[in-house]
Amino acid sequence: MGLDIRLPIGGLFTVLGLLLAGYGLVSEKALYERSLGINVNLEWGLVMLIFGVIMVVLGRRGTRNGDNRRHEVAQHRPDTSHH
Amino acid sequence: MNLTTIDWIIMLVYFIFVLGIGFLLKRKVKTSTDFFLAGRAIPAWVCGLAFISANLGAQEVIGMAASGAKYGIATSHFYWIGAIPAMVFVGIFMMPFYYGSRARSVPEYLRLRFDEKTRGLNAISFAIMTVFSSGISMYAMARLIQTLHILDAPFRRMSFPPQWIFDVSILFSALVVLAYILLGGLSSAIYNEVLQFFLIVAGFLPLVWLGLKNVGGWHGLTERLPRAYTHSWAGMSNPHTNPLGVEWFGLVMGLGFVLSFGYWCTDFLVVQRAMAADSMSAARRTPLIAAIPKMFFPFLVILPGLIAIALPTQLSPVASTAAAQSVPSAGEGLIPAKMDETGQPKLDQNGKPVLDYDLAIPNMLLRYFPTGILGLGLTALLASFMSGMAGNVTAFNTVWTYDIYQSYIRPNASDAHYLLMGRLATVFGIALSIMAAYAATRFNNIMDMLQLVFAFVNAPLFATFLLGMFWKRATGHGAFSGLVSGTTAAALHHGLTLSAGAAPGIKGAWLGPVLHTYPSEMAQNFWTAIWAWTTCFVGTILVSLMTRPRDEKDLVGLVHSLTARPSEENVPWYKRPAILGALVLAMTLLLNLIFW
Repeated sequence: MGLDIRLPIGGLFTVLGLLLAGYGLVSEKALYERSLGINVNLEWGLVMLIFGVIMVVLGRRGTRNGDNRRHEVAQHRPDTSHH
Repeated sequence: MNLTTIDWIIMLVYFIFVLGIGFLLKRKVKTSTDFFLAGRAIPAWVCGLAFISANLGAQEVIGMAASGAKYGIATSHFYWIGAIPAMVFVGIFMMPFYYGSRARSVPEYLRLRFDEKTRGLNAISFAIMTVFSSGISMYAMARLIQTLHILDAPFRRMSFPPQWIFDVSILFSALVVLAYILLGGLSSAIYNEVLQFFLIVAGFLPLVWLGLKNVGGWHGLTERLPRAYTHSWAGMSNPHTNPLGVEWFGLVMGLGFVLSFGYWCTDFLVVQRAMAADSMSAARRTPLIAAIPKMFFPFLVILPGLIAIALPTQLSPVASTAAAQSVPSAGEGLIPAKMDETGQPKLDQNGKPVLDYDLAIPNMLLRYFPTGILGLGLTALLASFMSGMAGNVTAFNTVWTYDIYQSYIRPNASDAHYLLMGRLATVFGIALSIMAAYAATRFNNIMDMLQLVFAFVNAPLFATFLLGMFWKRATGHGAFSGLVSGTTAAALHHGLTLSAGAAPGIKGAWLGPVLHTYPSEMAQNFWTAIWAWTTCFVGTILVSLMTRPRDEKDLVGLVHSLTARPSEENVPWYKRPAILGALVLAMTLLLNLIFW
């Protein structure tokens, strides 16, 4: 369908991960009383960031392979397209 | 609730991505097939995640946590009994006919297999149902935004009257869903559903993590709660010894067979996601791939409910009214009691407070999430509302355009005309949903009544499809009269029975005499479905035998015995539906044993 879905997913998670982890770095410790003392913004932000980057890498590789495949198909096609 | 800038930024980023996907996909939509069926070009895993995400409306997220708090881990039967087996069945046995017949919708399959009147009945009732379901989703979301006071502070700052919050919430969600469906059609809806799937997981997983850590893990949970809360099959031999109030036979036949197969195997909302797949093999794998995350969803959506009820009773972060906050002892754990007009806890007939279980998830979010991740959790909740709405809207515009407009109003128009009609249908489908949402604010009983009628219409459906696909002798007259008699049987059964403690009316016994009293409402619903299905099954067979069968050559590709099996040569073992299906069922069995 043209757009590899892993790209927008990866993009969203990368941005959200960066935002959360960044906020986790600068926010005060007192904020995390309700999350049992865990800096959940930083930790979960990093998890989301890693997931996001993996999706972007997979998505880009998928797009490239998809293009190559389409390219090959296009090269094989001229014989049939002259009917 | 105090949201800070970071929470708002997170929500904003999400909405930018949602609309961005619509814009990116816009140029791909050239024909009606692109718009309604995503060009039949979506890979299996994407369809699979959309398949469960379309069903993962907020009613499910909030409702399942509520049931978790009310009934315990037995709620997982709605997944392990009430979803997985049906998903395996539709993938292995039914998809070859849905996808292979090239029908563009479920009602269209009914026309190919049976006749016009059977399709018409299904198409029209389905179209009405989708509009109302999406309206109910919208209504629930606006109510939640009000209850959680999400928009109170920004409204105050901009000096808008707080009464507008409900209207603004409805309008905003409607516009977002409208925009991305208009732009990219079904592909856009599917892509966004997959995005929403990941977001819901990302938003709720840390909640479960923190909650479990707080109560001392699963072991701590079992120590804090009564035994029946943490054992899904405890006391299932008798309806009076388990929290659901159902015996195992009613559970397995009513929920596991009739209701579950009726939904997962015949509801176009989910089947449409599989029809968009790029090949027959991908279409068959769609529900099987979907089943894998589905079987683990109880841990994501039911556990928060269990944790909420297991915590020591405390002042709940949001209660339905200010009064409830002042009497925290009436609640249980994080779940507040419902309040009556005088500010006193509502009591049931045993004198115990009635709990507001729907607040389990919102209270858990507010209890454990500091600002930042709170924005993520709320975004996940909003995402689940919107995926539920969008799923209904895309199913509506397809059934309206192909099965109602093209069939009865204007056949033989150009493809461009139907594409335009699909876009128009999206607009008026959403407009009708908005009207339904406002109807819900005024006449709460009408909504309950409509859902009851939908249940009557849906219950017999699976019998029709089962006979249609696996018995070549079934005829159109048989199918139609079977459906009508099944729906009638459901209404009669409901009208003549009652559940313990319920008053006659919307809960049953509206026909007068009470022939049987069930131990719980759930048991009554399951048995209503069993009666409807059986009546439809028998009715269809009897009328079919009395009417003229169709020519066998017309049924090729539509009925099991007359259709070549899809070839599985050159398909690696891990992509074969039968093997995948067996694997899924084995894993589900294992989960049942672990939580026995």
